[in-house]
Amino acid sequence: MSAPSTAPAPWLPRLVVAPSFLLGFLFIYGLIAWNGYLSLSASRLLPNYEFVGLAQYVNLFENERFHVAMKNMAIFGVLFVGGAMALGLLLAVLLDQKIRAEGVLRTVYLYPMAISFIVTGTAWKWMLNPGLGLEHLMHRWGFESFTFGWLVDPDKALYCIVIAGIWQSAGFVMALFLAGLRGIDESIVKAAQVDGASLPRIYWRILIPSLRPVFFSTLMVVSHLAIKSFDLVMALTAGGPGYATDLPATFMYAMAFSRGQIGLGAAAATVMLATVAAIVVPYLYSELRARR
Amino acid sequence: MNRISRRSLPLAAVALAALATTLTAAPAHANEVEVLHWWTSGGEAKAAAALKASLERKGFTWKDFAVAGGGGDSAMTVLKSRVVSGNAPAAAQIKGPSIQEWAREGVLANMDAVAKAEKWDELLPKVIADGLKYKGNYVAAPVNVHRVNWLWANPEAFKKAGAKVPTTWDEFFTAAEALKKAGIIPVAHGGQNWQDFTTFESVALGVGGADFYKKALVQLDPASLKGATMQKVLETFRRVKSYTDRNSPGRDWNLATAMVIKGEAGMQLMGDWAKGEFVAAGKQAGKDFVCVAAPGTARSFTYNIDSFALFKLKDPARQKAQQELAATIMGAEFQELFNLNKGSIPVRMGMKLDKFDDCAKTSAADFAATAKSGSLVPSIAHGMAVPPAAEGAIKDVVSQFWNDDKMTVAAAMDRLVAAARTK
Repeated sequence: MSAPSTAPAPWLPRLVVAPSFLLGFLFIYGLIAWNGYLSLSASRLLPNYEFVGLAQYVNLFENERFHVAMKNMAIFGVLFVGGAMALGLLLAVLLDQKIRAEGVLRTVYLYPMAISFIVTGTAWKWMLNPGLGLEHLMHRWGFESFTFGWLVDPDKALYCIVIAGIWQSAGFVMALFLAGLRGIDESIVKAAQVDGASLPRIYWRILIPSLRPVFFSTLMVVSHLAIKSFDLVMALTAGGPGYATDLPATFMYAMAFSRGQIGLGAAAATVMLATVAAIVVPYLYSELRARR
Repeated sequence: MNRISRRSLPLAAVALAALATTLTAAPAHANEVEVLHWWTSGGEAKAAAALKASLERKGFTWKDFAVAGGGGDSAMTVLKSRVVSGNAPAAAQIKGPSIQEWAREGVLANMDAVAKAEKWDELLPKVIADGLKYKGNYVAAPVNVHRVNWLWANPEAFKKAGAKVPTTWDEFFTAAEALKKAGIIPVAHGGQNWQDFTTFESVALGVGGADFYKKALVQLDPASLKGATMQKVLETFRRVKSYTDRNSPGRDWNLATAMVIKGEAGMQLMGDWAKGEFVAAGKQAGKDFVCVAAPGTARSFTYNIDSFALFKLKDPARQKAQQELAATIMGAEFQELFNLNKGSIPVRMGMKLDKFDDCAKTSAADFAATAKSGSLVPSIAHGMAVPPAAEGAIKDVVSQFWNDDKMTVAAAMDRLVAAARTK
């Protein structure tokens, strides 16, 4: 029996994808719309559909804790994304040198991504605790004057979260960049070497610029990890000494679920979405336009 | 390709139908009671098991729904999703003004029939019975009475430092200095929102007295929140911080109690559930640990009442089981067994307290006395006094003040007034 020469029904692929597309559309965009409506409503303990205009947003921007959360998100976002990308790229470049134990090293660097943020947060909480972790170890080894109390210092606890986050994500970034580097045509490199370019110069001028698409997709993934950071913060500092390491995600959770202020939480979530969209959408637009 | 897709279509339809039937919720058993709680630590879990045993002896099945987390945050989140989806449990561990907030949403069941049959109005002090009612009808059953304004001390640590267990705040700081000199951490503290506030409200009660406490922290009077007494309270509160250790941020309450049990720390300002930890570690009241009222609060009683709010159920058989649960909770046998394990005292008045230790007996006597004298005050740290939104905002301010040494007392008072306005 020979296969039919005409293509199968063209509507079949669309039919198969339709359920997941519909579910995705409803559960993502439908719920975003519902959340948007809740942020304009008087919801407190349970959803309540009475329209109150922008009152929740006014409350939100007068809330001191929300200002701290937004500031923290800016600092954490920049440091975490920048740090993870830089460290990941460095590791990828170093691993690209065709060293002997490359397979083993690659696995070792990628392992942190396999554990959940809760495990990462808890382990780092123990390691960074002055009485149990690094400082205690240094004291036991004889360095009595060593202090590393960042975790219990309201001003510095955020950097501990940055450290734990970079540790977790750098391996993933490394894997993406390594794949990108390996995908570059060897002949360009050889031509540059014939022209007398040194290795650092080749990397800086040729290979890294040609990684632009990889850079773009990695940035998307890492930024989404940064915005989503709820479990890492909860496990590591639970919002920090007081609320010093509060992020918009933990703020929203506390308001909406612990304090019976669903309207305020929904407003915080909408502001988070707007912030993310303000950064991602122009970048997306410029990248996709450039490719076309 | 078309032939394959046509043949597998009926198969796909059958698979979908099977999946659909498994997704529909399995019906609950008729005499099953599903109870949501967060009693997961040592003494607490034993106490919850006592309730389960009492019910199962009466022929009902207990479906446990434990969600860990000391303050009950996670449990409340799970409860909201269950209620919104129309599948509420029979009972949930809800207390304080939250009971009225839930009742306002129209999801709690009227328990007046059980209350009349079991004579609840005669067995409970009025101030507590009112907290369990909405528009005059009972909607929740109380389980116990915790006293929050306790000071737990390790007598051996005090002997080593040559200090006396304090009864006033001045004595407290003298003792703390002595403990510090002897190399013992004076105050064991866990740096969490509710623990910071538990300490704060004991300071407020001790420095300001019961009337100030009621006016400033329960009625949220702005003048009291900004006055001279509040200034003194905040200054004393900040002084207490200097006697805690550096590693306190994030520490759980039972780990702080463990520090006192082991003698690493001298004192802890914590409610009487800490006694459960001492007992579980095999320590004896009076010998291995000492319980006194927090400095300056010997004649006041900050109460924290655990209660189960009962949800509206559609199935009459499950309603009957739920009513049996409410009756059992207020029954004398359960009240005794549960509270022996939990470290609290029975909320049912007029019970014989022979099996309870000295700390509990003192607590019960003070409970009856303060109910008459009017210095029986609700605990804000444990959600008994103000609605969750304002409570959370006030806790934020106090925690910030505790953690951030640069915040001035004046700034803290302004923020307290603003936080008290949160709805």
